[in-house]
Amino acid sequence: MNIASFAPLAVVLPILGAALTFLLIRHSRAQRAVSIALLSLTLLLECFLLASVWDGGTAAVTIGGWLPPWGIVMVVDQFSSLMLVVSSAVSLAVLVYATGQGMADGDQDAPVSIFHPTYLILVAGVSNAFLSGDLFNLYVGFEILLTASYVLMTLGGTGPRIRAGVTYVVVSVVSSVLFLISIAMVYGATGTVNMADLAIKLGELDQGTKTLLHVMLLVAFGIKAAVFPLSFWLPDSYPTAPAPVTAVFAGLLTKVGVYAMVRTETLLFPGDTLNTPLMVAALLTMVVGILGALAQDDIKRLLSFTLVSHIGYMVFGLAMSSTAGLGAAVFYVAHHITIQTSLFLVTGLIERRGGSSSVDRLGGLAKLSPLLALLFFVPAMNLAGIPPFSGFLGKVGLMQAGIELGTPLAYALVIGGVLTSLLTLLAVARVWNRAFWRSPADAEHPDPVLLAPPLARVAGPGAKRNTVTLLPRTMVGSTLGLVVLGVALTVFAGPLFTVSDQAAEDMLDRTSYIHAVLGEDTVVPMVLTSGGGK
Amino acid sequence: MSVNLTLLIVMGALYACGIYLILERSLTRVLLGLMLLANATNLLILATGGYSGLAPLYSKDIAAQDYNDPLPQALILTSIVISFAVTAFMLGIIYRTWVLARQDEIQDDVEDLRVAVTPSFDAEDDAEIPEETSEFPVATVVAGGREIPAERAAAEEKPGSNNVAPGPEGVGK
Repeated sequence: MNIASFAPLAVVLPILGAALTFLLIRHSRAQRAVSIALLSLTLLLECFLLASVWDGGTAAVTIGGWLPPWGIVMVVDQFSSLMLVVSSAVSLAVLVYATGQGMADGDQDAPVSIFHPTYLILVAGVSNAFLSGDLFNLYVGFEILLTASYVLMTLGGTGPRIRAGVTYVVVSVVSSVLFLISIAMVYGATGTVNMADLAIKLGELDQGTKTLLHVMLLVAFGIKAAVFPLSFWLPDSYPTAPAPVTAVFAGLLTKVGVYAMVRTETLLFPGDTLNTPLMVAALLTMVVGILGALAQDDIKRLLSFTLVSHIGYMVFGLAMSSTAGLGAAVFYVAHHITIQTSLFLVTGLIERRGGSSSVDRLGGLAKLSPLLALLFFVPAMNLAGIPPFSGFLGKVGLMQAGIELGTPLAYALVIGGVLTSLLTLLAVARVWNRAFWRSPADAEHPDPVLLAPPLARVAGPGAKRNTVTLLPRTMVGSTLGLVVLGVALTVFAGPLFTVSDQAAEDMLDRTSYIHAVLGEDTVVPMVLTSGGGK
Repeated sequence: MSVNLTLLIVMGALYACGIYLILERSLTRVLLGLMLLANATNLLILATGGYSGLAPLYSKDIAAQDYNDPLPQALILTSIVISFAVTAFMLGIIYRTWVLARQDEIQDDVEDLRVAVTPSFDAEDDAEIPEETSEFPVATVVAGGREIPAERAAAEEKPGSNNVAPGPEGVGK
């Protein structure tokens, strides 16, 4: 019995947890215990999955005894299991953070009893999307996670959240409709929705039909991944949600879009037909996103813009369709999920300690809470790509791949990438200088919490507690855990890069995936590229 | 593959109305637009199934090509369930907007408006700095035993200046 046969449990366990926590809706302590236990179990299972494919290879699980290409398949390979492990680790940390916040604040701001089931369904949707070997099942995975995210986005139903939620829901539904239309067209053209089967049958279509399907899928995924010019919904909707929700959205949801783009580009439509437009989109995403970040005063909005901007790096790696580029992109996705989530969690802590997430109102946090300053500083420098952090290693990998490619556009992207990295440094350094280093009295509109002496009883979020309890231990602990995970990605960057490079090689080769799903004797068609060779 | 023309025309009309409606500002119309889009897509999926045929219940006497393709119908069923959930959620949102704001319209983003009206002038970076930045400004310079204003002295030091200022050392030459 292969460990990969248990892959569907990565989806089933969180859904089971959602059902149980829904039953326990009146017992918040039991609810917390169940959701944390089941998510830890899922993470453990996914670690075993990753270990089983660590040295390469692909495993496919057919659901319900229906053989591919008719039945639903779940595929475990290096890329999908790596994404599963990183995403579950991040969601576990955010869950602990959220329960800490719920215990500290009570149910006013975010009704935690609804939070647990919804959150677990979101995790199930993300796992389903990562494991899916079937275009329609991928759509279902997207819908599961999106529907859960609609509820989390509008948690509490306050005015600003409803406003932001409407933008988010409408944009997401439109992108889902586009995705569904593309699935219908793909089915009309080929008569199958199984991705391995499609990899063979799409190659037999004429170029025009193929390009149309390709563009439609990329646009649908581009909206979900927030690639410029389809990214404007993101900074509008993410910042208003509760801190843990924004953190998990920023870490996971856009990356599921990126994952789907990677699968489309490598498995379904190999070759380099759309590489040039993708590269231009990547360049614009990086530069426009980071310029938007520089204009923001609010840390959450600033981070939302850096999130958009850094999606550009992943698209850049993908668009090169070389092993080096794709491998660096895979590494970058893993790095970025961890770092972006920890930055949003820290922002939640800043908001609690400083009373606001706007740098106009903050100051002196480094003196008030050195631990908080450290928690912000490490991932911020990591995001900006300062050596020796993983952000630097990922960017260097991308730059090397770009220079190896050697086309003028690739050089433009390398320059754009370096520029974006510097501007990211500028953006986070401004936050650092204003929120952490200057005296609170220098702030434009200082928050009373900052000026109060330690141990004073102040009115803040959660009202009337002294300034020390503004940072509950569970919240700081889970944030610290994520920051440590981010540093661990740096320490173990060597083996991780080896795995991502192997994953990229397997994905570009396609043989392993198609053979795992359709059987060893399937003939894998050659990939034709205009440049000749990969 | 052959398709039913009526289905295609209905689908096109639904898409057109749906897109028109989601561009409106009223939330109820946006919801109606989303519903029309979802239904148009269901028709599209149905159309990909090809000609109508017999129900796909296996019987030895029926040839394989006489059956209807069951897969698109399974896909439609899933997509109907999903759009049902989304519609219910949107109705909840619309009700909540009505309770909060007594209107059924999409609100402007306050933060966006604030950034839009922020002038590009930044007090820290763009403020005017006086040209003389020295801590001890020099008003006059003593040259050849007389005091001349610092500005003029600087002008005379420049290359090309023929030192025209009248003074003791210039007299009698």
